[in-house]
Amino acid sequence: MEAETADRTGIEVDGLVREFKNGPRAVDGIDLRVAPGEIYGFLGPNGAGKSTTVLMLTTLLPPTEGTARVAGFDIVSEGPRVRSAIGAALQEAALDPLLTGREHMRLQTALHGIGKPERERRGTELLERVGLSRAADRAVGGYSGGMKRRLDLALALAHRPRILFLDEPTTGLDIQSRTALWEEVARLASDDGVTVFLTTQYLEEADALADRVGIIDHGRIVAEGTPAALKAEIGRPTVEAVPRDPAEHERMLAVLARFGEPAGASPKGAAVRLAGGESELAEVVRALDAEGIAIEHLQLHAPSLDDVFLTKTGRSLEGAEEAEEETEDAAAKTVSPA
Amino acid sequence: MSGSLRTQVGQLAHRSVLRTLRQPAQIVPALIFPLFLLAVNSGGLKEATNLPGFPTDSYLTFALAVPFMQGALFSVMNAGTDLARDIETGFLNRLALTPLRGAALLSGLLAGAVVLGLLQAVTYLVVGLTAGAELAAGVPGALMIVALSVTITVAFGTIGLFAALRTGSGEAVQSLFPVFFVFLFLSSMALPLDLLQTTWFHDVASANPVSYLLQAFRSLLIEGWNVGDLALGFGIAAAILALGMYAASAALKTRLVRT
Repeated sequence: MEAETADRTGIEVDGLVREFKNGPRAVDGIDLRVAPGEIYGFLGPNGAGKSTTVLMLTTLLPPTEGTARVAGFDIVSEGPRVRSAIGAALQEAALDPLLTGREHMRLQTALHGIGKPERERRGTELLERVGLSRAADRAVGGYSGGMKRRLDLALALAHRPRILFLDEPTTGLDIQSRTALWEEVARLASDDGVTVFLTTQYLEEADALADRVGIIDHGRIVAEGTPAALKAEIGRPTVEAVPRDPAEHERMLAVLARFGEPAGASPKGAAVRLAGGESELAEVVRALDAEGIAIEHLQLHAPSLDDVFLTKTGRSLEGAEEAEEETEDAAAKTVSPA
Repeated sequence: MSGSLRTQVGQLAHRSVLRTLRQPAQIVPALIFPLFLLAVNSGGLKEATNLPGFPTDSYLTFALAVPFMQGALFSVMNAGTDLARDIETGFLNRLALTPLRGAALLSGLLAGAVVLGLLQAVTYLVVGLTAGAELAAGVPGALMIVALSVTITVAFGTIGLFAALRTGSGEAVQSLFPVFFVFLFLSSMALPLDLLQTTWFHDVASANPVSYLLQAFRSLLIEGWNVGDLALGFGIAAAILALGMYAASAALKTRLVRT
């Protein structure tokens, strides 16, 4: 009966908190639900609390407060059962550079208690699935970043988990490797019914892959929904224009301001969020023309998840990244010897 | 031992052995450095055999006990550094997400130390005997020396595991090496205990367990079979092993906070 319930259940999180000694609340009371077979994208800048959440949900870090059930099992009192139901590829591809891909698969399948005849078959099957058959007998130390990530994914799938946690799986990968990994993750959810909890700091990754997105900032979920619904909530597209004559910048901004509030733009350009939607684009062009402002470049941006982040937190996701880095730099300077 | 525990220990032992064999930088210094010191010491201190009461007229035979101890010191560093790297890279978290038992992890990790200990013991013994050292206990004594050497190597390896689990840092583990070397120098490494004239040094060396480990090797090399010395040597090694495993197990529980 319990197993049946667990099969039907994805992830349920209520008021989860993690507070570190002498530090801020890395995770500050989050609630979320992930349905079986769903890809849930957990989006936020560095230091927002994404990885801490994953560590708690994978039972590697006890929560300070709150409860969570993963695959129907409580993460605190039923840790071993949670671990048997999940697979995880954590932030860094944790691999042994001295072992080959095949040796990693053997070790992982054996530690999960898979019988000897099945081990080889499962290992070969997964290595083939992630495109590492030819590299299977090479030491992992010589793998590229993309190959390491793919092996990491294969290892996480060794025991056929129902729920897969991927912590920033494509960070540092080139576009080709990133796209290949997206395709594999999407296939896992659609064909195998695996529930995927994916953290990312890439807007396009959440947009392309996730059925639903939770945006986390300073340990709190500030927005949640399907990417389309979140963008629709913001509703208004942005128009950005670059004047041919840089001296016209201020005048052009004044014209654009008639159509909506200012938005982030490139250094040479000016942008506004169109209060009346994209149908106002023609009006914008006519107004600029009427003022005699020659346009070098004009672009209409559909609302993005960054706009959602901006609306909910008051700053853009990329800006948040820089702010985090500056804070970290300042902290490093504080503790560095003179 | 249950089937699953046996599988876990076996797999981790296999990994540990592979890692050791694939890192010449771990094996070569552990083989060469003690033999180099043996050559220097046995050449420079051979006049010590003229001291009244010196147990043998071959300083090489007397000094041959030392490489076994120096080799064991390398296992502190090697076993500890390997585990610290697993912690630093997150590999330990990967293992923690499997149904792995702590005892299997520690036992498996020490398998590399066993292999290195075997390689070291056989090499030191063959090189020492080839260079002219004596072995009073004969072939069975040689086997006993190998067994004692491996036991000490594994025992010292547990200290490396403990240090790695406590600190999570390979650098911290490596910093233990000179500390252990001081222990070796403050023992009966160069002269028998009863010939140490300086009172404080004699007292320190008498209290230093390393002196009794050295004496266990020397008894086999110089005297033949001295049950008392052997029992003390194996007893001390077993005690270090038990304490080291206990401390490492406790540190592993703290390190692996999985629920």
